[in-house]
Amino acid sequence: MPRRVGPGGGVLAILQGRLRWAFETVEAALDRIFGSAWNPLYQLGALGFFYYWVVTVSGIYVYILFDTGTTEAYESVQYMTVEQWYLGGVMRSLHRYASDGMVLMMAVHMLREFALDRYRGARWFTWVTGTPILWLVFVAGITGYWMVWDELAQYVAIASTEWFDWLGIFGEAIARNFLTPQTLDDRFFSLLTYIHIVAPLLLLLVLWIHLQRVAKPRINAKRGLAAGTFLMLVVLAFIKPAVSHPPADLNTVPGVLNLDWFYLPAYPLMDHFSYGAVWAFAGVLSFMLLALPWLPPLRRPAAAAVDLDNCNGCERCANDCPFNAIVMRPRSDALPFEQQASVTASLCVGCGICAGSCPTATPFRRASALRAGIDLPERSLPALRDQVEAVAAGLAGETRVIVFGCDHAVPVDHVSASGIGAVGLPCIAALPPSFIDYILSRDLADGVVITGCRQGECFNRFGVDWMEARLNGTRDPYLRKRVPRQRVLTVWAASADRAALKTAIEAFRPRLSDLPPHLPDRKTPPARPGAVDGGGSHA
Amino acid sequence: MHKIARYLGQAVVYGLIAALLGYFADTPAYRHADADKAQLTLSLAHSGKHVRECRRRSAAEIAALPPNMRKPLDCPRERLPVLVEVELDGQIIMRDSAPPSGLFGDGPSQIYENFVIPIGPHDLAVRLRDSDRVDGFDYQREARIVIAPRQRFVIEFRAEAGGFRFATRAEPAAPSPAATWLTRRSGWRPRNRAARSSRR
Repeated sequence: MPRRVGPGGGVLAILQGRLRWAFETVEAALDRIFGSAWNPLYQLGALGFFYYWVVTVSGIYVYILFDTGTTEAYESVQYMTVEQWYLGGVMRSLHRYASDGMVLMMAVHMLREFALDRYRGARWFTWVTGTPILWLVFVAGITGYWMVWDELAQYVAIASTEWFDWLGIFGEAIARNFLTPQTLDDRFFSLLTYIHIVAPLLLLLVLWIHLQRVAKPRINAKRGLAAGTFLMLVVLAFIKPAVSHPPADLNTVPGVLNLDWFYLPAYPLMDHFSYGAVWAFAGVLSFMLLALPWLPPLRRPAAAAVDLDNCNGCERCANDCPFNAIVMRPRSDALPFEQQASVTASLCVGCGICAGSCPTATPFRRASALRAGIDLPERSLPALRDQVEAVAAGLAGETRVIVFGCDHAVPVDHVSASGIGAVGLPCIAALPPSFIDYILSRDLADGVVITGCRQGECFNRFGVDWMEARLNGTRDPYLRKRVPRQRVLTVWAASADRAALKTAIEAFRPRLSDLPPHLPDRKTPPARPGAVDGGGSHA
Repeated sequence: MHKIARYLGQAVVYGLIAALLGYFADTPAYRHADADKAQLTLSLAHSGKHVRECRRRSAAEIAALPPNMRKPLDCPRERLPVLVEVELDGQIIMRDSAPPSGLFGDGPSQIYENFVIPIGPHDLAVRLRDSDRVDGFDYQREARIVIAPRQRFVIEFRAEAGGFRFATRAEPAAPSPAATWLTRRSGWRPRNRAARSSRR
């Protein structure tokens, strides 16, 4: 059975592995401090949006005070910074630091998605549409620095225009606008203001496109996290207000500059390398980012498939799909239901959450073949039932445990031991809750452990949330009430939490032996042919 | 983790993020230009002469043309490249032939070059050839210049203004006293607000 635990071999895999370990270590610390709901690393995209709104609101205020003109621009910025420091200055600082925060969130978000291997297959669209976001954020930020018209703006303006002139696409070199104070026109600042406003609006449009293939995208940071972030920005604005350099003087070359390294790291490169080299660097970097989803090793699990004979159009799969890959359409066969599920294969990541949500996916079916209304062709539910039974057959002892784990969390192979069987899944929510009932009621094991990614950070976005809700009886399909909850353990653990998972299972097993029998005629199961007291993973 | 310990932990994390944002927003400082150097910028956009002389059409030729195309002169579209030479203290620091721009070679030739030069006095000579002559130049200008630290000395060319122009350096403004600790860094003095407003 195909398993996707790591990203494969090669340098890329080693890099991803190291980065993933680093992220998971920091995330574990932040989980303890913030709790999983407020963990900033779980809400990088939403925080990016929050910074965007702070930039927008503060930018509107700054724009009210801003004058477009070669001398007026600097004076107006200085007025708000010095004379109206208590409001205009704070707004300017919020504008700057929130912009920097946006770059920081964007960079960490991108790095994290790369580390967690969440950019391939059906996720290519979200990754690729993130690249123009980078460009637009930099266009907006750099033109913002330009508008102040201080020495930094002069440096940025001349270097930027010379950089573009290198392309030779303009009729006349645009850097000639900055030859002398006399060649500089006030209207140029009007154009600049226009670009500085249009770029963020375009950015919003691209962000909307970026999220088109994500169901229920999280664009609003948790209130507490947003409040803490805003407070941090305000305090920073008072402690270290954003200030200008001396006014621009085109007769002088700026000497020492306090660059914003979030937005302007390419400018020193322009000083030390040719403009062509910097274009090549930017082009290659952009191309690499765009091409990353298709770099080997290529992985694309088969998309979920609908079995119309078993689909009653209940919508649960469509509601649970994290990537909008399932839509409900009018019935196309003679069955007496209004709708049927339909999978858009290009959007499906093969997580199997839909199969886990299907009410027909019950292993108790024996009269007819086990066929779910929707299932993964490569990791089907009949195969899962066979696997569970095979694993159970290999278990012996008084505290037999079957562990269901997500391939993207702790690899379940690592918890296999005497009396412990392991079954891996593409996502923990790919497991229909009826399987737990099946295992305990058929005496296939004495306890079931459900493990998956850390709370708030599911590889497939909603797997942990949906599974918890199903176990708690708040989301269909529920775990039946008759299932003794003491015999079910949930452990949410990232791949770095192997030891914690093992410890939890070791603590769980003695508790099982203390529990009263949950089956009327509970007996020590007879040894089955070929059974080995050693458990073993069939994942 | 205890509630107070969690809040303290959060404060530390926010403090670290703020420190990261605050520090890299303007630090470390970057030295773009040294104080003992200056910059010479040469910029021109000038069309060379046509590749051959214009020819006056005869009356019969003009009459044979469609009414909207009856021009007395028959001129080629293509222009000659422009040759520019810059000499500093007796040394040729640039000699470049810029081809005409445009798909049909009928646009202006463009040159934009920066040179880092030492401060102090220099003998500067710039020359330009835009015709099909083999030797010599059609425009030239020589001058003894004194370059100040970090000065940006601009050489422009405008044929309609007689050729090369050396942009003169404006007198530097007197350093303004710091009004507040904010202005100490930028050297800015608040101006008369009314004067500023009147320019809106």
